[in-house]
Amino acid sequence: MITITNVSKWYGKVQVLNNCSANVAKGEVVVVCGPSGSGKSTLIKCVNGLEPFEQGIITVDGISVGDPDTNLPKLRARIGMVFQHFELFPHLSVMDNLTLAQVKVLGRDPKSAAEKGMKLLERVGLNAHAAKYPGQLSGGQQQRVAIARALAMDPIAMLFDEPTSALDPEMINEVLDVMIRLAKDGMTMIVVTHEMGFARKVANRVVFMDRGEIVEDAPTADFFGKPRSERAQLFLSKILQH
Amino acid sequence: MSYNWNWGIFFQLSPDGTHTYLQLLLFGTGWTLATSLLAWAIALSVGAVVGVIRTSPLPWLVRFGNAYVELFRNIPLLVQMFLWYFVLPELMPQAIGDWLKQATNASFYNAVICLGLYTSARVAEQVKAGILSLRSGQRMAGLAIGLTLPQTYRYILLPMAFRIILPPLSSEFLNIIKNSSVALTIGLIELTAAARSMSEFSFQVFEAFTAATLIYIVINIIVVNGMRWLEGRVAVPGFISMGKPAAAH
Amino acid sequence: MFSNIDWNVIIRSLPYLFLDGMRFTIMLTLMATAGGIVIGTLLALARLSNIPGLSHVAGAYVNLIRSMPLVLVIFWFFFLVPYIGQWLTGASRPIQVGAFLSALVTFTLFEAAYFCEIMRAGIQSIPRGQVQAAQALGMTYWTSMKDIILPQAFRNMLPVLLTQTIILFQDTSLVYVISVTDFLGAASKVAQRDGRLVEMYLFAAIVYFVISLAASYGVRRLQRRIAIIR
Repeated sequence: MITITNVSKWYGKVQVLNNCSANVAKGEVVVVCGPSGSGKSTLIKCVNGLEPFEQGIITVDGISVGDPDTNLPKLRARIGMVFQHFELFPHLSVMDNLTLAQVKVLGRDPKSAAEKGMKLLERVGLNAHAAKYPGQLSGGQQQRVAIARALAMDPIAMLFDEPTSALDPEMINEVLDVMIRLAKDGMTMIVVTHEMGFARKVANRVVFMDRGEIVEDAPTADFFGKPRSERAQLFLSKILQH
Repeated sequence: MSYNWNWGIFFQLSPDGTHTYLQLLLFGTGWTLATSLLAWAIALSVGAVVGVIRTSPLPWLVRFGNAYVELFRNIPLLVQMFLWYFVLPELMPQAIGDWLKQATNASFYNAVICLGLYTSARVAEQVKAGILSLRSGQRMAGLAIGLTLPQTYRYILLPMAFRIILPPLSSEFLNIIKNSSVALTIGLIELTAAARSMSEFSFQVFEAFTAATLIYIVINIIVVNGMRWLEGRVAVPGFISMGKPAAAH
Repeated sequence: MFSNIDWNVIIRSLPYLFLDGMRFTIMLTLMATAGGIVIGTLLALARLSNIPGLSHVAGAYVNLIRSMPLVLVIFWFFFLVPYIGQWLTGASRPIQVGAFLSALVTFTLFEAAYFCEIMRAGIQSIPRGQVQAAQALGMTYWTSMKDIILPQAFRNMLPVLLTQTIILFQDTSLVYVISVTDFLGAASKVAQRDGRLVEMYLFAAIVYFVISLAASYGVRRLQRRIAIIR
């Protein structure tokens, strides 16, 4: 479903992605981890074209992301993205956050958009908050609304960029629970995260990045059991300590 | 003091025979407000466009927007008024130039356009600052759900940017009202001009200027309170600042 | 359209324009800036002080000035300064004040209100710890202000103060309304005497543009250097 082939990217003279290749099949959950600065956020933002890349090919459901002829907004409507800082639209109510893109991009009528929004809010446990504004919600609640907002577009795949890194510890689980249910329902997911517990539970594969390169790409059990590269071992030992 | 005070002067007839001095001042106030409101409409619409293009991803658009702002910011307002009123008609083909010079209320239209464009450069600065103060994630989130860039500006970035810049924008509106007085040099009989003319005909200089000062103060108070009401009306519940991630509580 | 332009009029009047007009403009700008910053700083201290009534008086002055158009203030002082001179010197009639002095008083007192707000923001941005450290060392209010707070506030606000000076430089053109010969006034006189409005006003616009642009670039470079040092 998503193919990343030999992707390289530079910011000016600095190379931030170096010949990255990976594939994500339909229904697969892939966790991308690595030290900060490794390029994992950059890579995931290349998948839906939010970041341009100079070399390589990325395709989503057969459509090439880097092709200048591709209709990017239309493609992005089919991919859901969840951000580290939630990025709900603060001047719109929760319900409006969910229906804005449905109406403006997919052309759904406001009534059915609102119904869908309500159903998704129930799915993430927040139907009581539909009329509230993002500023009135906790971080965990905002992130769950953000997930619902992405799901409202009926995406074929979901991208998560460190979805729990900005949350206080007691709220991480409520968001991870939603993501775990999503994975079990068969959604194709790429998740950049440090939450190794999540990875062990639902990820099919783990991709380890360091300094712009994909260092290891292995099934979950193998990654945690016998990581092949020394850098991955070092990273795991640091992260699994607390 | 060898000055004779006469506060009753306001109710005496002015040299034109039909209106009291007070009425002349009120006519002047009317011209001040009309000029200011029309100029503000121009300043907001043009300024918003220029401010937006200065944040666009196209380098030549950004440079054009920057040049526009620099042009209007580095020439004194009075000089700009002279350029519009005296120089522009001379640079036009003869027929258009003559028509411009003879139009009734020429000084009014010149004042409105000059003031509007002058202020639009300052509004553009505010709009650009407002948009840039938003977290970059907002733009990305808009694009990520499939909105085009213009749609993202329209539904996500500009609504928040305008709320953020309401205070400096209301300052700019007050500035337009004050700057409208510069138009007296091209013949617009706005409030300050009316006070000046009253002081010249009646010799009651300080009464005239006191009245003008009081009227400007009253306009100020009305605008400041109006803006405060507007800020309360459009405030986003729970909004603290876009600079940091929303508080996790 | 451009067939009738006579650029010679500009060249012929350059000495008058710059030696008389621009000299007036620059002297007025520099002196009003200096005076305005001094008085503005005093006003800021007054607004921030605890002396009963003082902050209200200072605040009232600043708010009054800031709600008035500069043109109106120019007229006010044009008529008022002779009477003030009479009152100050006890003369029997209002004193004849020269154009430069009237303009200087006007711009100094007008800009003081704006410099006051800038310095007030600067002083308030100094962390309270600085004041407390100065007091802990036994410094009086004036010493801590003079040696600790104001130097820092001034340095922090330098770019804003300089930008306000550039605005002042452009605002001086408004002395036109009392027929004073600054740079614009000089250009205007030549324009009307020789019937060359287009050339003179365009030239005036270009000169103001170049000076203001260069000055604001200078301020931006200064801002960058200060940022690095901090």
